[in-house]
Amino acid sequence: MTIKATPTKTTASETRALRGQNWVDPNAGGPKPRSYASHLRRQRATSIIKHAFLIASSLFLLYPLLWMLVSSLRPTDEIFREPGILLRTFEISNYIEGWTALQDDFSLYLWNSTVIVVLAIVGTLISCSMAAYAFARLKFRFKGLWFAIMLMTIMLPFHVVIVPQYILFNQLDWINTPLPLIIPKFLATDAFFVFLMVQFIRGLPRELDEAARLDGAGHLRIYLQIMLPLMTPALATTAIFTFVWTWSDFFGALLYLNSPDTWTVPLALRNFMDSQGKSSFGPLFAMSIVSLIPVFLAFIFGQRFLIKGIATTGIK
Amino acid sequence: MSALGELSQLRRKRGKPSKEETKDNKAAYLFLVPWFIGLFGITIIPMGMSLYLSFTDYSLIQPGEWIGIDNYVRMFSDARLLNSLRVTFIYVLVGTPIQLMCALGVAILLDKGLKGVGFYRSVFYLPSLLGASVAVAILWRQLFGSVGLVNQVLALFNIEGLGWISNPDTALGTIILLHVWTFGAPMIIFLAGLRQIPVMYYEAAQVDGANAWTRFRSITLPMLSPIIFFNFVLGIIGSFQSFTQAFVVSGGTGGPADSTMFFTLYLYQQGFTRFDMGYASAMGWLLLLIIGIFTAINFIASKFWVFYDD
Repeated sequence: MTIKATPTKTTASETRALRGQNWVDPNAGGPKPRSYASHLRRQRATSIIKHAFLIASSLFLLYPLLWMLVSSLRPTDEIFREPGILLRTFEISNYIEGWTALQDDFSLYLWNSTVIVVLAIVGTLISCSMAAYAFARLKFRFKGLWFAIMLMTIMLPFHVVIVPQYILFNQLDWINTPLPLIIPKFLATDAFFVFLMVQFIRGLPRELDEAARLDGAGHLRIYLQIMLPLMTPALATTAIFTFVWTWSDFFGALLYLNSPDTWTVPLALRNFMDSQGKSSFGPLFAMSIVSLIPVFLAFIFGQRFLIKGIATTGIK
Repeated sequence: MSALGELSQLRRKRGKPSKEETKDNKAAYLFLVPWFIGLFGITIIPMGMSLYLSFTDYSLIQPGEWIGIDNYVRMFSDARLLNSLRVTFIYVLVGTPIQLMCALGVAILLDKGLKGVGFYRSVFYLPSLLGASVAVAILWRQLFGSVGLVNQVLALFNIEGLGWISNPDTALGTIILLHVWTFGAPMIIFLAGLRQIPVMYYEAAQVDGANAWTRFRSITLPMLSPIIFFNFVLGIIGSFQSFTQAFVVSGGTGGPADSTMFFTLYLYQQGFTRFDMGYASAMGWLLLLIIGIFTAINFIASKFWVFYDD
């Protein structure tokens, strides 16, 4: 048996009320549509389901990390038996063992990484902000061409230049020094950040630097005393991303740092993994956690800048 | 909005530069000095060199001799190289779409004024930040090892797992999974894009009685298509260059049975463990060519599905 719908004239608000959706104005005068309560109930139900789903998937995504953290505090044989994250014993020995497992103490690798990261940040901030100021505020010949080239280098796969770069750094006798990982940062090779800063400067009111110019300030002064202070958010974003990427950079270190006393943390971890068998997963996990702590801290304290940076420019 | 968008909108200007354009010439070029040194010294000249080297049999130990297109011909008969291309294509063409679908799905869930959006956003983003590290690759090696966490959990349900990483059929899958795990970054870009869609479109659709699916298909998807396109192009370009995860998970070998031998990994082995640098240069150019072709195809295809609302 089929029921034929009888077309009757209904107003838009009646239609909405009938469907129980899009409750617009509960405080408006007039009788409340009957479905208001059911609408609220339904909305609450969807919201609970959504939260349940999101919490479940958050746990699912982060579980491996939590488990690694807990496992780093467990005896190694337990790592291969215990899928849970309840900690019954608290073994700090993995950390002690891992710290001294390689030829040099882990503190050396942390130091090596820190030196590279700090200089990389300084270099990137200086060179990229200079280029960005020129591209965003100055008028010069072939600006469009250079800007296009700059944008293209962002997307250029670096594999097409690694061989000659290696030969170049080899001839400069820079292999087994951190220089190949530092000097390019002073040359704005992370063009992405130039673009990020250009975008940011374009959003700043031009009146500020034009006024300074009328007062006779030169470009250097405008750049140093007006632009740089105003650019703080963009500089922070750049610094944090450079920190995270350089800290985790593996390929560059693998290419240029062969002798163990120059290793960065990722390289040390990788060699730790290669040199030991399954027996040392505890210490290996412990040092992995140590290597992740700085990134995690950057995430905690810098996520505002990270998320803003991604949302406005689309960095990875 | 993006470097990509900006690049596609640049127009060539003709005619002489105006006085305005040359006003700051000197200062501008001074500000650009570091960038120019980097551009020429570390990018453009090395690119030229690598093009030249790709026609030689250069290795670090001996100067190379001109061998014409031999390196390029050799690639077509190099079974391991062809296999590495296959592996990379699977990784890129399976991993990127799945990653973006997760990113879009979660972004849509988070968009509609949900409480705690900031918290969820951070939680989902964290893997993106950690995903490129050696530490997480080491974790993955354990997770999917024969006595790893995954199999421990499966054992609770009386399912016997396998050595996911030591099995050539599943090893690549674990690395694709790692790639998908880092969906947080594109998710944030999607969230920002969703915020740009005017609410009135949805209100109008609701008045017309459109259900959730129709609203998604007729409003969200078309309005978001430029962002989807942007994420897709950058995702493809980026994942073609993936290296660390496959390298660490496979212990530097690309194994088992070359099943995780990414193109970049093979390039590294040829250039920097066998020092066959002429060949590695040619491979670098092949990668550039492949990425260029994919990007071009994407741009051409975008004319048929990307919608610009202006």
